Amino acid sequence: METLKVRIWRGDAAGGAFSAYEVPARENQTVLDVVSEIQREQEPALAYRFACRVGMCGSCAMEVNGRARWTCRTHVKRVAKPGEALTLRPLPHLPVIRDLATDMAPFFDKWARAKGSFQPKDAPDGAVPEDFAVVPPGSKPRREADAGIECIGCGVCYASCDVVGWNPDYLGPAALNRAWTLVNDVRDGARRARLDAVSGDAGCHSCHSTQSCTERCPKGLDPSSAIAGLKRSLFWDALLGRRG
Amino acid sequence: MADRRHPTYLAFLAHRLSGLALALFLPVHFWALGQALQGEAALEGFLRWTDHWLFKLAEWGLVVLLALHLAGGLRVMALEFLGWRARQKDMAAIGAGFALAVGLLFLLHVG
Repeated sequence: METLKVRIWRGDAAGGAFSAYEVPARENQTVLDVVSEIQREQEPALAYRFACRVGMCGSCAMEVNGRARWTCRTHVKRVAKPGEALTLRPLPHLPVIRDLATDMAPFFDKWARAKGSFQPKDAPDGAVPEDFAVVPPGSKPRREADAGIECIGCGVCYASCDVVGWNPDYLGPAALNRAWTLVNDVRDGARRARLDAVSGDAGCHSCHSTQSCTERCPKGLDPSSAIAGLKRSLFWDALLGRRG
Repeated sequence: MADRRHPTYLAFLAHRLSGLALALFLPVHFWALGQALQGEAALEGFLRWTDHWLFKLAEWGLVVLLALHLAGGLRVMALEFLGWRARQKDMAAIGAGFALAVGLLFLLHVG
């Protein structure tokens, strides 16, 4: 049986190096299958993360041959030609816990910094509003919010973003995409504070529109356009004196 | 090495690098204009230089850089101000095509 050569980065926050493995090359195998096989058969101490195996949870993201991907939805034959090796690293731009497992805390902290939680306009103290909000599905804000709402927080866009690499404070595509869905949520009452939170050097204005986030998002979302939307809102609000 | 091979990243690089190159050109441009202050002869002396084929080549490069930067800037402004999210790759390709066409047009008129 043919074998597949796999190089896996092993180490922790202090540093590490690649280890080489070989597994049987199968007709149908995902990168996650390969990592699981290595962990079960050869390297029980290998640290990595996964849960659903079907592209719903977003926890198995790693860098596969230089590109951040969901390993569960990536077939080996799509990323490595026959005879070519797989090179696996933990997601870039995040602290490494061990081997292929990164600490996602900074990533989600930025969602909080971008005010990524819904602040109901009609019930500021967390009370249940008296009536349902009517949000027509065809309305522009609703369509803008719908375009970004399916993000599952896997961190692939964040790991693919050069600006995050250049400026560790930069909020990143996912947090800004989340902020944009809420800016477009007509039930939300925190627009002003949220736009303040996402502006400036660590916010949407740092984005260079290279669109790597949009290019790499496994869900086909478009964080780059969400960031452009935030820039646009801030521009018009500032120009028309709505920022006060 | 992270994999950045996708059209809009290339468009970003082209836009950024052409902008830097144009910024480097500006002092030369002002210096050349400044020659006029030294009198007609000084400017004429410099302008005779511009007939050299190497100068024409550099001029062609400049025209292509300007066209690239203009097209790249318009694309980013359309994305950011008009929210044109669709067909970004096509728009990047149109920008490259525009720069190429402008370059060819310039070559047609050199001589």
